[in-house]
Amino acid sequence: MSVSVRIPTILRTYTGGESEVSADGATLADVIDDLEANFSGIKARILDDQGAIRRFVNVYVGNDDVRFLENLETKTPEGTQVSVIPAVAGGSS
Amino acid sequence: MSLPPLVEPASELTNDEVRRYSRHLIIPDVGMDGQKRLKNAKVLVIGAGGLGSPALLYLAAAGVGTIGIAEFDEVDESNLQRQVIHGQSDVGKPKAQSAKESIAETNPYVNVVVHGERLDNDNVLQIFEGYDLIVDGTDNFATRYMVNDAAYFLKIPYVWGSIYRFDGQASVFAPTLVDDAPCYRCLYPEPPPPGMVPSCAEGGVLGVLCASIGSIQVNEAIKLLTGIGDPLVGKLMIYDALEMEYRKLKVRKDPSCALCGDNPTVTGLIDYDTFCGAISEEAADAAADSTISVVQLEHMLKEREEGTRDFVLVDVREPNEYEINKIPGAVLIPKGDFLNGTALEKLPHDKQIVMHCKTGVRSAETLAIVKGAGYADAVHVGGGVVAWVNQIDPSQPSY
Repeated sequence: MSVSVRIPTILRTYTGGESEVSADGATLADVIDDLEANFSGIKARILDDQGAIRRFVNVYVGNDDVRFLENLETKTPEGTQVSVIPAVAGGSS
Repeated sequence: MSLPPLVEPASELTNDEVRRYSRHLIIPDVGMDGQKRLKNAKVLVIGAGGLGSPALLYLAAAGVGTIGIAEFDEVDESNLQRQVIHGQSDVGKPKAQSAKESIAETNPYVNVVVHGERLDNDNVLQIFEGYDLIVDGTDNFATRYMVNDAAYFLKIPYVWGSIYRFDGQASVFAPTLVDDAPCYRCLYPEPPPPGMVPSCAEGGVLGVLCASIGSIQVNEAIKLLTGIGDPLVGKLMIYDALEMEYRKLKVRKDPSCALCGDNPTVTGLIDYDTFCGAISEEAADAAADSTISVVQLEHMLKEREEGTRDFVLVDVREPNEYEINKIPGAVLIPKGDFLNGTALEKLPHDKQIVMHCKTGVRSAETLAIVKGAGYADAVHVGGGVVAWVNQIDPSQPSY
């Protein structure tokens, strides 16, 4: 299944500056593996050493946070939008 | 879903106030009732910086009766690219004072309360107490978690906003106001490890992005205070300035949230610096006995010139930073190359490695990597290029 993945500014160094890339996979886990195959290093920014989604990164499939769906096993039907939303703290200085 | 207004209306508006706020008064949804509620409202803005600047000006212009400003910093020239509440003549002045003066010029009917001390566990509850609503525009994770927790304990809803380069995020956290509403910890249970997510001071921010997100925060504040519209509770607004795209995503209450979940473990204020860390443990260990000063570096560079010493000076900042200023003789290898391992291939094994960045945070992180790769005598420069410009070469610009 081909899905589009929104890449936040902070991870665009891995995608050559692209803000949206396409990836294949039936589940989020597959999609992230496919991303890693094309953009080496990006997986480690999303998943921790144990392979779980990092606690300061949210991944949305459509408009829903996958932590409240099936995490990495969340299905990613054709044409779905996957968004990676990392915590940023800027605001003042 | 609209919520009941946070604030009761003031008894009346004066004739001058009616004239001033007439464009609000003739909007049926706001009207006399809404404007009187704004007059009675007490809003605390945390940070009079990027987000705080537009937020304070618009809250003041809108007629919020009492505005608190929590800000301990002073105006610096590098603030003026985005912090529009301050001007050239304010450089060096406390930001809270400068903001207060701008507000007085925008709307003399606003009562401004200055909280000029740095927010910490000892004062945060006392400062927050009595406000109807908080607008969070701070710049670091430790303060953001502290604001979230303190607001929760005092049952004060707050409008959160965050920015980085071209990306903005905003939401309203009101777990004590609305059943099933999430808090900041539901959205981000833990902060990123130090060094992984750069701050705006390190990574930069598009100036006008502050207005894009700060104005969303004021928009939500006005809705909450007056009880109109559908507030951003349980929703996260994501803004991408390059794509010019706003997206609204759901944020759910996390039943396992450490603060507002079913079995909370955070039942009082915690040590937020430890929770968030200033630099990682590895970096702190690496830097412990391997930090040199810019004065020592200057001496070492002289010895290198004379041929009595040899080492490689590596600048781990980004190319655009290197264009602004540099320590003579430094080779640029950005921190990212240390994280992905390619930097190590470029480093000689027979020479000492000396690293620096802007202020010494990033170079402490790369120092840990380089030491881990076997460069036992590697050091980094405390204070970085900022200290170099301040103490050794004031002819270069700083940033």
